[in-house]
Amino acid sequence: MKPFFPHNTRRLLASLAGLLLASVSQAAIPIEQWSQASGAQLYLVQSPANPMVDVQIDFDAGGRRDPQARPGLANLMASATAYGVKASGGEPALDENGLSDAWADLGASFGGGANADRLSFSLRSLTYADLLEKATALAARQLGEPVFPDAPWLRDRPKLVASLKEANTRPATLAARAYAHAVYGEHPYGFESTEQSLGRISASDMRSQHAQSLKACGAKVSIVGALNRAQADALVAKLLAHLPSGNCVALPAVVEVAPLAAAHEERMAFASAQAHVLVGQPGFKRDSKDFFALTVGNHILGGGGFTARLTEEVREKRGLTYGVSSSFAPGLHAGAFTIGLQTRPDQAQQALALVREVLAQFVADGPTEKELQAAKDNLIGGFALRLDSNRKLLDNVANIAWNGLALDYLETWTAQVQQLTVADIRSAFARTLQPEKMVTVVLGAEEVK
Amino acid sequence: MKHTNHWILRTYSRLALLLGLGTLAAASLAQQAPSVREYSLQNGMTLIVRPDHRAPTALHMLWVRVGSMDEVDGTSGVAHVLEHMLFKGTPTVKAGDFSRRVAALGGRENAFTSKDYTGFYQQIPANRLADVMELEADRFAHNQWSDEDFRKELEVVKEERRLRTEDNPHALLGEALNAVALTASPYRRPIVGWMNDLDAMTPDDARAFYQRWYTPANVALVVAGDVEPDAVYALAQKYYGSIAGHALPARKPRVEPQQAGMRRLDFKAPAEQASVTLAFKIPSLAPAALESSGDSDAASNDALALTVLAAVLSGYDNARLDRALTQSDDHVADSAGAYCGLGARGPEFCMLYGVPAAGKTAAQVEAALRAQLVLVAKEGVAEAELRRVKNQWVASEVYKMDSVFNQGRILGSNWAIGLPIDADEKLIARLRGVTVLQVQAVAASYFGDDALTVATLLPQPLDRARRPRLAPAGMRH
Repeated sequence: MKPFFPHNTRRLLASLAGLLLASVSQAAIPIEQWSQASGAQLYLVQSPANPMVDVQIDFDAGGRRDPQARPGLANLMASATAYGVKASGGEPALDENGLSDAWADLGASFGGGANADRLSFSLRSLTYADLLEKATALAARQLGEPVFPDAPWLRDRPKLVASLKEANTRPATLAARAYAHAVYGEHPYGFESTEQSLGRISASDMRSQHAQSLKACGAKVSIVGALNRAQADALVAKLLAHLPSGNCVALPAVVEVAPLAAAHEERMAFASAQAHVLVGQPGFKRDSKDFFALTVGNHILGGGGFTARLTEEVREKRGLTYGVSSSFAPGLHAGAFTIGLQTRPDQAQQALALVREVLAQFVADGPTEKELQAAKDNLIGGFALRLDSNRKLLDNVANIAWNGLALDYLETWTAQVQQLTVADIRSAFARTLQPEKMVTVVLGAEEVK
Repeated sequence: MKHTNHWILRTYSRLALLLGLGTLAAASLAQQAPSVREYSLQNGMTLIVRPDHRAPTALHMLWVRVGSMDEVDGTSGVAHVLEHMLFKGTPTVKAGDFSRRVAALGGRENAFTSKDYTGFYQQIPANRLADVMELEADRFAHNQWSDEDFRKELEVVKEERRLRTEDNPHALLGEALNAVALTASPYRRPIVGWMNDLDAMTPDDARAFYQRWYTPANVALVVAGDVEPDAVYALAQKYYGSIAGHALPARKPRVEPQQAGMRRLDFKAPAEQASVTLAFKIPSLAPAALESSGDSDAASNDALALTVLAAVLSGYDNARLDRALTQSDDHVADSAGAYCGLGARGPEFCMLYGVPAAGKTAAQVEAALRAQLVLVAKEGVAEAELRRVKNQWVASEVYKMDSVFNQGRILGSNWAIGLPIDADEKLIARLRGVTVLQVQAVAASYFGDDALTVATLLPQPLDRARRPRLAPAGMRH
């Protein structure tokens, strides 16, 4: 039984925790990468300790490529693969119940979904040969030969409409929708399903979307589990066997998120126990050179648990909120930078003013040397906590696969953090954020007299 | 892998024998059995260690067997408020420094409170275990803060209640349901506390609760990850072993009287969709039932069978309730589910719930849910359904080993409700032994009117133009 950290890596990580960085380049979290004849790209980390495997397949067919009139199509199509599969290779067709029974019988799971960038499918199975073979075959059918029957979609669509209406009674949903609309404008990152848009989506839309989006040549496949390279290769070949082959021509470019021209403030009356406050703007793209400076800077500003500056000022010192945080959402386009909090309606104005002051000061001055050192200690010292389960490893491997990062990305990660200076962070924030031109949404605040 | 006699192994062994690999397969599985070790410190504290050497990280988790059920009326929520105050300092570590020091070690941390227990944890590089032990032992033994810090943090807790409960109609409904279904049991109060009790809470309420319950005999320390049990034991003796204890106060049983007739409540809240929840009182699994491998007391056997029943009803996609209530052309519900509690310090329920489809009523959903119970009582369930839910549990035993955090959480919560250290695997073995006849029998026994409470959410229109709710004057500062 081999642990998934080779022995030298474990020693190295232990020494990293002691802030000895000399031997970073010797580390190896072994990611094996190769392609198949179909064009599919494979990324494998062998983790033999537990008899299980996780597989994630990503396609460039996320929500940003949804037709404007049909937001959510990719996500709905992916989950609607569970409505049933065609008869295939001597196996009978399965309807939604036959399919879910089969997955339950195997003790395995398979499902799909889409975020703004990626259309993704995930398989989790035990690796006992008999079970894994059956699970792989079933996953291949659900991925490549789904039926998309009309009836269950027409049955479930009104349920989605009803839950959408329910969500629209909640203050957090309403604030988030207004915020996304103001930050993203007409960019697909801001598309949201409505009763009308759901009404336009048919099962036949799903069938054509499936035929168009899922090609083996476009698949990025990440695998973490108790499989060797040959086993992983065979698994993926089987998994993608029912997808159309052929070449993947370059897809049309998607427009970028437009910068905000001016500050925009929206105040929405709402009868809730808390006001919801959101402040932000378009942030940065994942391929930005500033990725590390902005990520570490945000950890200090409002991303890093109880010790972040926003938490210290808004929660710890003044008791104004249970949760305040800031985040970036870098993707293929500039996802939003967002500060969010909730507070008693009569405190909303005070909390908003405080957040703006903290943000303006951080963008102007950057972190202190002490704050930066504390962030480095936490992020570098805790690096192994990002990799200590198959699930977490899979997230990291899929991130490398999707963003085309170097295979030694994880080995160089701590060095990238270590070399940052206060000036790096200050200048990256100054390039990226314009506090005077941000979107502000305040929902449910007590009117200021 | 913990189990040497479960379904996966048997299936695989049969297959492996066909392939001529039988002994090898059995041997490799047996090797994976994790060794959970349990120790007692001289002051009565329990230590549970679960090695997992896949990565150089560790989980350090302190469990106190005290939760909202140990509170009394008028100070509901104090267990949770105290959990927040544990971050507010000691004579040697000032407010906020606990979190700063854990962060400097590369750690992540948080804490949680339930009806039954309060827990504090740090996830850290394994070579930092001694550092967090020193910090945690200090605040466990010497927690100290000013009245001013208490008042500030109390406002944070009220914001937490507003966020999780007051603006969430389903949370409000659940709170009201507990308060109606239970009369004497402290489970009738919300964990976070009634808002009015929070308004009235004093610093000394929290201090008294701390003095009363935070003593070594009421604590288990769970350490999991890249650690050696005996080395952890030595560290625990060093940092926790010298903490002086006192006798725990007697716990009043406060047994819930037998319910003698159906209870109903309507709950109005701003929402779009109605919902209905049926809460049936059921027996709990007695800890002693897991001590022997044989049969146990009748009530515990029934509790196990009820858990299997709930899984048959809604334990996987498109299980019975989905099929019966949400799929037909004239389906009655948009969603439906069932859950039965199995072990806790207080009373347990089987909950069935559903959201009416457009044009259907909560009463129709209620009738449809009960009809499914009657169907099982009359006709039983198929062997295939039973096998399906058992397969799921067996597989989940492997999957849950992927997360060190999960392993610690299971060990700690089992300890807190008095279950033996190997309860998890014994439970799976016992659940696997439940028969079709037992499932049918409990479906016939426990779902009458007399121990039932029905809660219905009556959606109220939103008045978007309405002025925001004003906070009562007493809440301002």
